[in-house]
Amino acid sequence: MGAVWDAFQANDGWGQTWTHIKLSVTALAMATAVGLVLGVLCAKVGRVAAFLVVTVSNLGRTVPTFAIIALILALTSLGFWPAVLGLFLLGIPPILLNSYTGVREVDPGIVEASRGMGFRPLQVLGRVELPIAMPLVFAGIRTSAVQIVATAALAGLVGAGGLGVIVSSGLSNNQDDVILAGAIPITILAALAELVFGGAERLATPRGLRITRRPVIE
Amino acid sequence: MAELVKWSWVENNLDDIQQASIEHLQLVGAAMGIAIAVSIPIAILVRRRRIPYIAVNTVSGALYTIPSLAMFAFLLSWFGIGFEPAVIALAVYCLQLIIRNTVVGLRGVSGPVQEAARGMGLTRRQRLLKVELPLALPAIFAGIRLAVVSTVGIATIAVYIGAGGLGVLIVNDGIQRGLFVTPILVGAVIATVMALVFDFLLVLLERALTPWQRARAGTA
Amino acid sequence: MAGEPTRAPVEGPARHRAGVLELRDVTKRYSRDGRAAVDHLSLTVPAGEVCVLIGPSGCGKTTALKMINRLIEPSEGEILIDGHSVRERNPSKLRREIGYVIQQVGLLPHLTVSANVATVPRLLGWEKERTRVRVRELLELVGLDPDEFSGRYPAQLSGGQQQRVGLARALAGDPPVMLMDEPFSAVDPITRERLQNDFLRLHRAVAKTVVFVTHDIDEAVKMGDRIALMREGHLVQYATPAELLAQPADDFVADFVGADRALKSLSLTRVEEITLIPAPLVHVGEPALDARARIDRGEMVPITDHVLVVTEDDRPLDWLPVGRLDDLEQIPPSAPGGAEPVIDQVTTLRDALSALFEANAAYGPVVDDQGRCVGLIGAPEISAGFRRAAGVSTVEVPPSTPATLDAGTGGGGG
Repeated sequence: MGAVWDAFQANDGWGQTWTHIKLSVTALAMATAVGLVLGVLCAKVGRVAAFLVVTVSNLGRTVPTFAIIALILALTSLGFWPAVLGLFLLGIPPILLNSYTGVREVDPGIVEASRGMGFRPLQVLGRVELPIAMPLVFAGIRTSAVQIVATAALAGLVGAGGLGVIVSSGLSNNQDDVILAGAIPITILAALAELVFGGAERLATPRGLRITRRPVIE
Repeated sequence: MAELVKWSWVENNLDDIQQASIEHLQLVGAAMGIAIAVSIPIAILVRRRRIPYIAVNTVSGALYTIPSLAMFAFLLSWFGIGFEPAVIALAVYCLQLIIRNTVVGLRGVSGPVQEAARGMGLTRRQRLLKVELPLALPAIFAGIRLAVVSTVGIATIAVYIGAGGLGVLIVNDGIQRGLFVTPILVGAVIATVMALVFDFLLVLLERALTPWQRARAGTA
Repeated sequence: MAGEPTRAPVEGPARHRAGVLELRDVTKRYSRDGRAAVDHLSLTVPAGEVCVLIGPSGCGKTTALKMINRLIEPSEGEILIDGHSVRERNPSKLRREIGYVIQQVGLLPHLTVSANVATVPRLLGWEKERTRVRVRELLELVGLDPDEFSGRYPAQLSGGQQQRVGLARALAGDPPVMLMDEPFSAVDPITRERLQNDFLRLHRAVAKTVVFVTHDIDEAVKMGDRIALMREGHLVQYATPAELLAQPADDFVADFVGADRALKSLSLTRVEEITLIPAPLVHVGEPALDARARIDRGEMVPITDHVLVVTEDDRPLDWLPVGRLDDLEQIPPSAPGGAEPVIDQVTTLRDALSALFEANAAYGPVVDDQGRCVGLIGAPEISAGFRRAAGVSTVEVPPSTPATLDAGTGGGGG
């Protein structure tokens, strides 16, 4: 383990970790904003537009992320923003699909009752549909976050910076310690993303939606 | 597109492209075979047990969270390079998807159906094979379809531990030659088509195995 | 009478507003040349009355209801509340002044019971304190203890409790008109009957103008001051329940009402409207000798040699054989339940009869809104009350004519 630690420090481990985090957080923030807005729009506007966006998102998932990130970097340059662009695009589908599903699947009775009580359309969205959809939206953000951290490693492999750079250098020089000095912190970051956003998902769930046990006694 | 894709490269490297595709198919096929063979029995074992299911789900979920590059790196440092460690890594990723979907499917078999099967005198084993598993097939297939699509993608990284596959085109011919776009694009397109074809074949297989689903859709 | 804005009679405290609701030639077409879902529907609901819209599925009753609060926009015609067209109002603001109760209830799952009830007052911008007081008052009104239920979430309520909250929520803004779309269809029969009785009682306290959609003719007869029977978008008959049962406008109405019209007429009369047997009440803790003495003096007549044990405030507990009075010092306490069926005095004779049959009991105690025993009822009393009511409905009620009900109604001919 000492050798791995040495390799981590020798390869600017902290610097690459920080780059990795910056890449991921920027991309996640952008993906959240765009995914949420698009998802909600899809749920609200015509079925055709929704079908298109959802299909594109689903198809996007069948293209290997590694190939997408490599292509984007190849077609632009090996910088921070091109990497962010790739991660951002890959981070959109889970958030978009979950926001779309979350808003679409709010019980129609609840929406009808809300309209019937005199909520304006935006109030129905903001006070009823979004709060009820929040757990799913956050589940999407969590999936996206873990995926972005993992894909950022691939961007590093291609040469865009971040912890993947350390793995890449270890691979080309055949040094297991260096490989692990990149791989271990990547795993820790992914686990952290999972834990942090898993917690956020629980916090975002309104108390009334956490209660599942239903007493049936009148 | 004419400038983006150098068709001459494609023409000159058809053999390599074919070779890479076949290796990719082998990787995905072997990984899926192992994953299904391991996941479904595990799912059957834990389907009615709360704590074991939580344990299995937590472990497979944690494994699923490990970024693919890190996973390959760990297996590389433990098992060295080659086809087998790559297949293990790919199979590990599928566990979570297949186990969870299978358990959900098995648990979804309705009480009255179970009771009717018991009432007709089917043994536990017969109930599993003739009632629960067939009725869980749609859920199981959903899990396998998700797993195949993600495996085809992740397998492009297997080249780093010397397992070949479409990653050869993307990495050796593309990234390592100054980010040469053509082989990356060829690799991406073939992998995408492969994922879609696998998905489509699984849909066909599922339909063939669950004729009652179609009957229901027909009457609705 | 149609066309002129009518003033709602002022009944009770000012904040229990009720409005006259008028539909004039209201039509809904979903496509230009298609069949109209609702075709030139005209009817007037006087302030404070319950109008039940009923008919087979697809007859347009729910469409008609939803046009009133503009969840569906009419293609033609006018809908007026107290003479003002709903079309002139902003739809959201209009809806805040029309209570809305639906079968699925539609409580907001992420808000507590009190926040759900407070929804419309908050939309209307009421002060916090006023809203708080109103919420407590409404929960009490619908029979939910505010201290127990305010902080609960919808998922922690039974179906019946959820619909009570739904009712409280619909009443919160003190709307002059309430729309109820099959509000009690999703609960079990016992809960449904209780909700119906509680709603009838509540309606007496806050006489709103109510439009109530149902597909259940028994519910229509029980709940409605008037029943509007619809078929394929048309109004077939608009009449009081008694008229509808006694003089169906045509074969369709007769079929819809069913062959057992006589039995259904039992739903026209409420238990409180007939003469009950005085209940032989003995109170827990009362000396047995006193009870014996009251019997001997003829002040109390036991029924089939039993007296009814009640709590201090007259709530029925159990039956006690008269013979046991001689063995006892004082009337012992007993658990409630032995006196089933306990019958609510606002319920109908039909419900009372079915409760007696179900419990296989000759007599059941009748209780008021506080649960106090006000008398006993048995099959003979129901029969006598029914004969009287049936006589009334065939002799005294005039045939349904536009003059008695509503000018311009399409199919009210009797």
